[in-house]
Amino acid sequence: MSHAAEKGPVKKDNNRIKPYGDHWDDGKMQFSFTLPVPAGELAREAARLYLEKLGFVHPMVATMEPMGEGYTFFVAYAYATASIELSKIPLHKPEFPVVPYDQLVDLAHKQVRRKIVVVGATTGSDAHTVGIDAILSIKGIAGDKGLEYYPFFKVVNLRAQVDNRHLVDQAVEMKADAILVSKMVTQQDQHLEDLKVLSKMLREEKRLSPNLVRIAGGPRIDHRIAKSVGFDAGFGPGTKPSEVANFIVHELIRKISGAPAHAAPHRVDGEGHAPARPKRRSLFGWLGGRGKDS
Amino acid sequence: MSKLNLDRDKVESCRVAARKISQQVQTFVDLHTTVSIERSVLRMIGIEEAYKGRPLANAVVDSLTKEQLSYGILHWLGRALAHHRSSPVSLCLKAAEGKLKWNEVPEADFDAIRRATEPLARNAVRKLEESANRKRHARESMGGREPRPLKYLIVATGNIYEDVEQAQAAVLGGADCIAVIRSTAQSLLDHVPNGATTEGFGGTYATQENFRIMRKALDEIGKKVGRYIRLVNYSSGLCMPEIAVMGAFEGLDYLLNDSMYGILFRDINMKRTFTDQYFSRLVIAHSGIIINTGEDNYLTTAESFKAFPQVLASQFINEQLGLAANLREQQLGLGHAFEMDPDVEDSFLYEIAQAEMVREIFPHHPIKYMPPTRHMTGDIFFGHVLDCMFNLVGVLTHQEIQLLGMPTEAIHNPLLQDRFVALKAANYIFKAARDLGDEISWSANGKVIRRARSVLEDTFRLLQKVEKMGFMNAIEEGAFANMARAVDGGRGLDGVVKKDRHYWNPIQKLLERKPEHHENPFHAARPREEKEMRERGGGNRRRREHRRRRGRGGGGQRGGAPRETQQGGSGGGGSLPPPSEPTGGAS
Repeated sequence: MSHAAEKGPVKKDNNRIKPYGDHWDDGKMQFSFTLPVPAGELAREAARLYLEKLGFVHPMVATMEPMGEGYTFFVAYAYATASIELSKIPLHKPEFPVVPYDQLVDLAHKQVRRKIVVVGATTGSDAHTVGIDAILSIKGIAGDKGLEYYPFFKVVNLRAQVDNRHLVDQAVEMKADAILVSKMVTQQDQHLEDLKVLSKMLREEKRLSPNLVRIAGGPRIDHRIAKSVGFDAGFGPGTKPSEVANFIVHELIRKISGAPAHAAPHRVDGEGHAPARPKRRSLFGWLGGRGKDS
Repeated sequence: MSKLNLDRDKVESCRVAARKISQQVQTFVDLHTTVSIERSVLRMIGIEEAYKGRPLANAVVDSLTKEQLSYGILHWLGRALAHHRSSPVSLCLKAAEGKLKWNEVPEADFDAIRRATEPLARNAVRKLEESANRKRHARESMGGREPRPLKYLIVATGNIYEDVEQAQAAVLGGADCIAVIRSTAQSLLDHVPNGATTEGFGGTYATQENFRIMRKALDEIGKKVGRYIRLVNYSSGLCMPEIAVMGAFEGLDYLLNDSMYGILFRDINMKRTFTDQYFSRLVIAHSGIIINTGEDNYLTTAESFKAFPQVLASQFINEQLGLAANLREQQLGLGHAFEMDPDVEDSFLYEIAQAEMVREIFPHHPIKYMPPTRHMTGDIFFGHVLDCMFNLVGVLTHQEIQLLGMPTEAIHNPLLQDRFVALKAANYIFKAARDLGDEISWSANGKVIRRARSVLEDTFRLLQKVEKMGFMNAIEEGAFANMARAVDGGRGLDGVVKKDRHYWNPIQKLLERKPEHHENPFHAARPREEKEMRERGGGNRRRREHRRRRGRGGGGQRGGAPRETQQGGSGGGGSLPPPSEPTGGAS
């Protein structure tokens, strides 16, 4: 059996891994799902065989609950056979140094020498501002102060349901150095289409600074997605305001100096790349979906 | 029975302040109408069809200039009817096609207009009352014990037929109320879509046909399980009065209808919202619907520990605005939520304090309690625990309606199984802790009582501040939900029209008659209205007398009807006593 418990210390391959149940490499996983079939022996067998079909071995249906008419809810366990090699995983993260508050203030003071104007908004029909507020408002999140706390930022928070056009106009009017768009609605990839439209508008708007830093954020946004729709960076769940602050400052300096992308890190004395941070309890800011009314 | 020993004088002071605040708005509301109000007037007299893909009512109202609209749509229709001997529908079609030019309709004297339109108005109001009666009968004929809190579940597939499947499954699992979430941003549409819809983002469009389909499905499944299943939809937005009318005609039981939600969270202009809100509530008051207010939403943008006074203040204001629109206390489903940061020590006690105080301050109101969303992270297991704590507070503090939280909140619209898991937990907790609330009292100077006291104190201060600043200015300054909205900003302001001195809306006049049971001391007739009635003279003298007799069968006007309606209005409570008895609410 794949989850055979062996006596003695296990030889652990820390690169090629499988899900961990209660033994190294046992591959045990938990499932909960619904089948459109009335509960009964047929349903149980269907659930079990379905997991086998997915490539899992020794599936076990822990509970089978009839639900409404003609639907059955299952909780099941099974053992995975596949494993994954960590060294072969490409990661998509914005590359920039994260320096402590004092250093960042110092850096902005010396290299930018004026206030950096940040315009942020939740665009489209989305009414949720918790995300953008967590990043922008002085309070910040989990003890990490928001952008308003930094003396060199001038923060303009347009809040929710901002029209793309309005956002661009505001960015022009405020002479924005950075623009922060929060996107939450995720149905039918609407958020991506909308980001593409905005990105095009930003490109075509000649009155904007050529060095404008464009950032997208939200629960379904990551760096790769944001890049693909024409933004400089994307921040997903768990992002801290200090990370965004660092990115804005470093990216702006890079853009002003005309250095190519991703060549920035060495410009900061004595600092390396942002360390990979363990995911903490997810930043409610970027989540917090409600959807009880539209 | 008071467990919190709240300062009754302070509660009364809050009510007085809220009443003054609501009057600031009412002064504005009384002088204005909106395109949405005029469209819903048309809907009420039977203009329900579509014209070139949009509602006919929109086309007709759009065919009037603002100047013309200030006389009210029924003024123009009355004029046209006085001369054309045609039906309202065919006149409306002609107006939409441009064949009927309003400025070419010859003038008619007021009596002729009145004669042409008053029967339409009476008919419309009768239709509302009949809907209320139908609902009451349906509820009573089902009978059965309906333990509180009622379990309120959401469906949101975007496809009304899929919604039906999911709703029926939820009812079989124990749901008492089914809410069909609207498609994202429907509230920003300045018209109501037509027909059954199968596509929507994050929800299903509120259309009259969709209402009908879901009502029928719930009646069917309700018969099967032997319970009356309540149908919920949402009216906040640019079409608040129209959705109220549709909901009334199609037998909705609850309608989300908040005086501020649209302003704060949908950036709809506040003058538009306040004016629409009033008329929509007049309609609702007559049709036996219970409104649900949206104070819970404040806690999604502001932290519950700090911001709960805003919730309570808004409830006081919503209450006064509702009473001014003839709603009974038993129709005011004020909202609040379980949103405290789980990192706060004793957050559970504070939640109890807040939930209990809402219940005690609004004892006859069918309070709606909303689940945690702000601190739902995607960890479905921890989320489930939070929801269970929320359920425990709900049953402990005797909430009327419990919107069941989903463990997958913040991830996706609820799956079939998410609802099942939530219902199973709620069924257990409500049963296991059924009488827990009756067994518990709080220590005299403990955390619960102290929390309630401090929230009440802060609420009073906030209300005083809002009263001093003026309601609209206070919203402009971000007094609620930390959202600042400009008085003349937001969507829909161009749909607000100042009424002419000769504005004519007999439906509104009928709906504004004060039903007998209104014993609320804050509910004296507004001086403006009295003045307006004096100005009208003639036919209104009769109505004034009629009013004096408080809605009792006046000259062939089916005057007794509003009373009946108001009985029907006991909506959520099959258990509610008739209005003549002083008690009600929580059973």
